[in-house]
Amino acid sequence: MSSQQSQQDKEYLAEQSTKGSLFWNNFKEFYKRLAKNKTALIGGYLILFLIIVAIVGPYITTTDPSQVDYAVKLEGPSAEHWFGTDHHGRDIFTRIIHGLGITMIIGVASTILGGIVGILLGIISGYYGGRIDTIIMRFMDILLAFPGILLALALISILGASRQNVIIAIALFAVPTFARIVRGSTLSVKNLEYIDAMKALGASDIRIISLHILPNILSPIIVQGSVFIASAVLSASGLSFLGLGEQPPSPELGALLSDGRDFIWDAGHIAFFPGLFIMLIVLAFNVFGDGLRDALDPKMK
Amino acid sequence: MVKFIVRRLLQLIPVLLGVTIIVFSLMHLTPGNPAQIIAGESATPETVAQIEKRLGLDEPIPVQFFHFVKDAATFDFGNSWRTSLPVSTELWPKFWVTLELAIYSMIFSIVFGMAAGIISAVRQYSWADVSVMLIALFGLSMPNFWLGLMLMQWFSINLGWFPPTGWGSASQILLPVITLGTSGAAVIARMTRSSMLDVISQDYIRTARAKGLKERVITYRHALKNALIPVVTVIGLQFGGLLAGAVLTESVFSINGMGKLIVDRILARDFPVVQAGILVIAVVFVFINLLVDISYKFLNKRIDMD
Repeated sequence: MSSQQSQQDKEYLAEQSTKGSLFWNNFKEFYKRLAKNKTALIGGYLILFLIIVAIVGPYITTTDPSQVDYAVKLEGPSAEHWFGTDHHGRDIFTRIIHGLGITMIIGVASTILGGIVGILLGIISGYYGGRIDTIIMRFMDILLAFPGILLALALISILGASRQNVIIAIALFAVPTFARIVRGSTLSVKNLEYIDAMKALGASDIRIISLHILPNILSPIIVQGSVFIASAVLSASGLSFLGLGEQPPSPELGALLSDGRDFIWDAGHIAFFPGLFIMLIVLAFNVFGDGLRDALDPKMK
Repeated sequence: MVKFIVRRLLQLIPVLLGVTIIVFSLMHLTPGNPAQIIAGESATPETVAQIEKRLGLDEPIPVQFFHFVKDAATFDFGNSWRTSLPVSTELWPKFWVTLELAIYSMIFSIVFGMAAGIISAVRQYSWADVSVMLIALFGLSMPNFWLGLMLMQWFSINLGWFPPTGWGSASQILLPVITLGTSGAAVIARMTRSSMLDVISQDYIRTARAKGLKERVITYRHALKNALIPVVTVIGLQFGGLLAGAVLTESVFSINGMGKLIVDRILARDFPVVQAGILVIAVVFVFINLLVDISYKFLNKRIDMD
């Protein structure tokens, strides 16, 4: 009994180590290619920089983002207020530093949420094929019939405007784009010989999918993730701009821009700086995604 | 070819049905009784019941859905809850404004995007290529509502060259079209460049060069034609993006189009108008995708025959 037990333990350990190494090897390979691609590295460092600013920045800025001071309202950039002040005399630089994180979190959270659902549906569709594939993909076609921000508008019109609802709305938009890409990649992997070998050995579907298919389709998923975060940030800030996302006094960048539009006649800087930072975030993820695509696409080598 | 079109048309049916179900359920998933929203907070239960009966809200959901589809097919979306005008009367003039904006922007995107993409590809790695691709990257990453506000501030407010708001005259059209068309131009420029580079490296182009054909002839007659095929797909997708992006552009320039109407009525909880607006954009987008598919097939076929 005990020898059988230890035998089982050994098998379990062996399995764990191969499981770890498959992911680990893929990751090492991924990093090696990434490091060779300058574009990807620049994008990666820019993202890292923005994340650090978003996390550390709020502790370093000395002023309070919601501190009102009507003596200095609508002032242009100066030594004291780098990006000037808004209509309540709040320091725009401080507000942007505080809002940066909110905008990025909405973009990343909606991508992860929609990505997980999309990846699951895409794998099921590609791996099982047949009727379930047709049903899932038809449903994805329906979601894709609402272009861009329209699906989010439809959802927000039901759920009402709030941060949580913006994340759900954009995630819903992410689902079909991920599902399509993952389905295609799954189809190209599932007929490889070693998958057939695994099946012949009696491996369960879940095991094949999670240990052998998923690690091999990570590249397109990561590229899509990076590019989608860029468009999620644009959608989220756009919704805030329309008054259908973050509500004032939130310093989310799109909401800051929305504040600025009312004062475009006499204080253009209020709208200028938040938009510049939205562009920086989107640019960083686009550049990273571009570089990743070049680095990971085997055709390009 | 006819068989292909018929098959694609049949495939549209479940998509259109699904889109209609989603749009129909918008009203029924909203918290609160629609009749109560129309009648106002202080209305008596009798008034509310009367409105329910008039709008058919007391009927079972499948029956309501059937009526919705039947009415939508004849462009009858009921009356606005806010203005009491028929929704189609409110919607159509604004639909044309949005369509105009989208078409002008599309032309802007195609002209500038393809020109930039071709220059980039023909002179790969030159300063022209690098700067075009950098501008495209920024164009792609810029929130269009920000671009619109900045254009408005510089050219309308500071320089006074263009009116800052409205739609109609040529001077009013320019800034919104640049605002909405820039990201599309960037996408098309990138796609044209990579597609051209793909084609240029192929054997038949080398043969053309070996034959001693002029570089100009090779670029425009031999390479461009084949390079355009993937660009057509991107253009189709861009058009949907333009219809949706018009929501933001119209809001920036206070253009009375469908996008602005949808946002205003979401805020005012005027669901028939919101439903109709979203449905119209989605259906237009679905049919544009169909056209793209057909033209894609058509372009490919010509190449097969060549």
